[in-house]
Amino acid sequence: MLGDYSLSDLGSIFVMQGFAGLILFSVFLLMALGLAIIFGQMGVINMAHGEFMILGAYMTYLTSKLFETYLPALFPGYFFVAMIVAFLAAALLGAMVEWALISRLYKRPLDTMLATWGLSLILQQLYRSIFGAREVGVELPPWMLGSWQITSTIEVPINGMFVMALTAVITAGVALLIYKSRLGRQVRAVVQNRVMAGAVGIDTQKVDRATFALGCGIAGIAGSAFTMVGSTGPTAGQLYIVDSFLVVVFGGAQSLIGTIASAFTISQSRSTLEFFTSGSMAQVATLIGVVVILMLRPQGLFATKVRR
Amino acid sequence: MKLRGDNALFRRSELLGLLAFATLILVMLPAALDIFRLNLVGKYLTYAFVTIGLVVCWGYAGILSLGQGIFFGLGGYCMAMFLKLEASSVENTKIQSTPGIPDFMDWNQLTALPWFWKPFENLGVTLAAVVLVPTLFAFIIGAAMFKRRVGGVYFAIITQAVALILTILIVGQQGYTGGINGITDLRTLKGWDIRSDGAKLTLYYIECGLLLAAIVATQLVTRSKLGRILVAMRDKEDRVRFSGYSVSSFKIFAFCFAAALAALGGAMFTLQVGFMSPSFVGIVPSIEMVIYTAVGGRSSILGSVCGALLVNFAKTRLSESFPELWLFGLGALFVVVVLSFPEGLAGVYRSSAPRLARSFVAKLRALWRTPMTRSLDHELAE
Repeated sequence: MLGDYSLSDLGSIFVMQGFAGLILFSVFLLMALGLAIIFGQMGVINMAHGEFMILGAYMTYLTSKLFETYLPALFPGYFFVAMIVAFLAAALLGAMVEWALISRLYKRPLDTMLATWGLSLILQQLYRSIFGAREVGVELPPWMLGSWQITSTIEVPINGMFVMALTAVITAGVALLIYKSRLGRQVRAVVQNRVMAGAVGIDTQKVDRATFALGCGIAGIAGSAFTMVGSTGPTAGQLYIVDSFLVVVFGGAQSLIGTIASAFTISQSRSTLEFFTSGSMAQVATLIGVVVILMLRPQGLFATKVRR
Repeated sequence: MKLRGDNALFRRSELLGLLAFATLILVMLPAALDIFRLNLVGKYLTYAFVTIGLVVCWGYAGILSLGQGIFFGLGGYCMAMFLKLEASSVENTKIQSTPGIPDFMDWNQLTALPWFWKPFENLGVTLAAVVLVPTLFAFIIGAAMFKRRVGGVYFAIITQAVALILTILIVGQQGYTGGINGITDLRTLKGWDIRSDGAKLTLYYIECGLLLAAIVATQLVTRSKLGRILVAMRDKEDRVRFSGYSVSSFKIFAFCFAAALAALGGAMFTLQVGFMSPSFVGIVPSIEMVIYTAVGGRSSILGSVCGALLVNFAKTRLSESFPELWLFGLGALFVVVVLSFPEGLAGVYRSSAPRLARSFVAKLRALWRTPMTRSLDHELAE
């Protein structure tokens, strides 16, 4: 199979495949970040996480349409507004869901899983009723089209580069927020010992709501970034949910570094395998690998010790 | 004194419930419905096998499996493979470039039957495989996970991932599995046409018999000491472990038991509906099966069966007439049940039935008494 390519061709393929893997890595990481906050910090399984991403994607779509119609002059910059809109919409919905559903189920984690699945069904149908069953795509601003020619055989699409940069910025922001800010300190305190955190005067209920809303907001931004590299349909969220859960669990639920490392491992192995076999078999092989490793090491790659 | 009190296999109310249910599915439904609708009921009842298994696995042992579709599908596929091989005899497949192999293999340029299809030429082996293959698979997953004390949400996510893996495999390996369309065009079982009305009726009764047997078997499990250990494990796992019980073995048992029942349901599904496809294996059907159980009542055997029947019935009716509303309804139903009725319909019944019965009896008494007292009054007046 490899005999047909010259050595430099192989090098180029390797680099391009690596970039494809990096873009997949960014997407995985963006998906998993919100989950890592909600699942890792709060222990809540949000099966509707994919639908929050799709909400962000649809918000981006709406914003792009609005800019196209009313503010064509500012169209090249619409994406930055769209991300803020996506974040706010998803965070607002998240806060409402936390109030209505999650806060009543903290003692029953398995039931949270089921209730949020019900929520995801409702949201899916809502998207289908509002935006139609067909997938919608976003018109990219002109500066994001095209690609960056490195050598005659290697080229990298600019929208992919943009998603990668965005991921880096958001990850850094989340890390700062969790490890340096007041809210982050409170969140970690509540995770480590809820009762004691409450005893020293932290409003655990408020922290929970803020954490959940933040996680959902980041999912919204992830969805917004998705529109750069693919189209959006009402049921697209379901395709990603298992992958993103595996990324978080594989990394070790409480660890941000672990989430980054596992997103990298999973995406790279998948895109490398994709070169050798079909796409579906690459996905199967990666999933099996992750499941087997999780069976051997249930706490994930980077586990932090937490007193329960 | 085995017959009275808590030691009996069935409490009186449970026995009445089971008898009522048996009358419903064995007498009333066949009398009231035409064969098409009855076949539909048969299809719904195949999910009842899964929900009974989930009662043991989830309701009693506290293990939420989001991958029951795996076992339902494996059982169904085992059955379908036998039927497909019988349907693709050399005479039936003369026009293919390789006669004697299933049509989808021929379309995918396979020239010989793959080795794992060979055992399914034999009915006895197939029937054993229907139960054994999924149970063995459940044992492997369960042993790997529970021995390492993986449980709760982690277990749920892993079972979901396995369901996804299996679906992608089935869809991707079209030449070996029939791909996204599944295994279709199944005709006869040992020469007996399973598509005729008579066969459908017979299969329905066979299924009802199996289901009633499964209910009794599950009742045996839940009413025994084993069932109590499962409940104890669900509520305080560490205490059970410290008392010297092997928690992982009990969990593996519960998971395998549920898998075997699901597989039985899957095989009956193939026989009744006449095909099997990956759309009954994946994440969505697996979670729907959990929904049936949650709606019916996760710790009530009969409740969960009713859940499977009612939700499926509503699904058919609503998605026929209001396809848009169905997903809203299902989602809302699920949210409401989980939030407000964690014990499902059975819980509602249990908490309100005695009160309703009492008020009903009181009303009857009042009705009965009124004319008598009146006449008494009259007599006294005279």
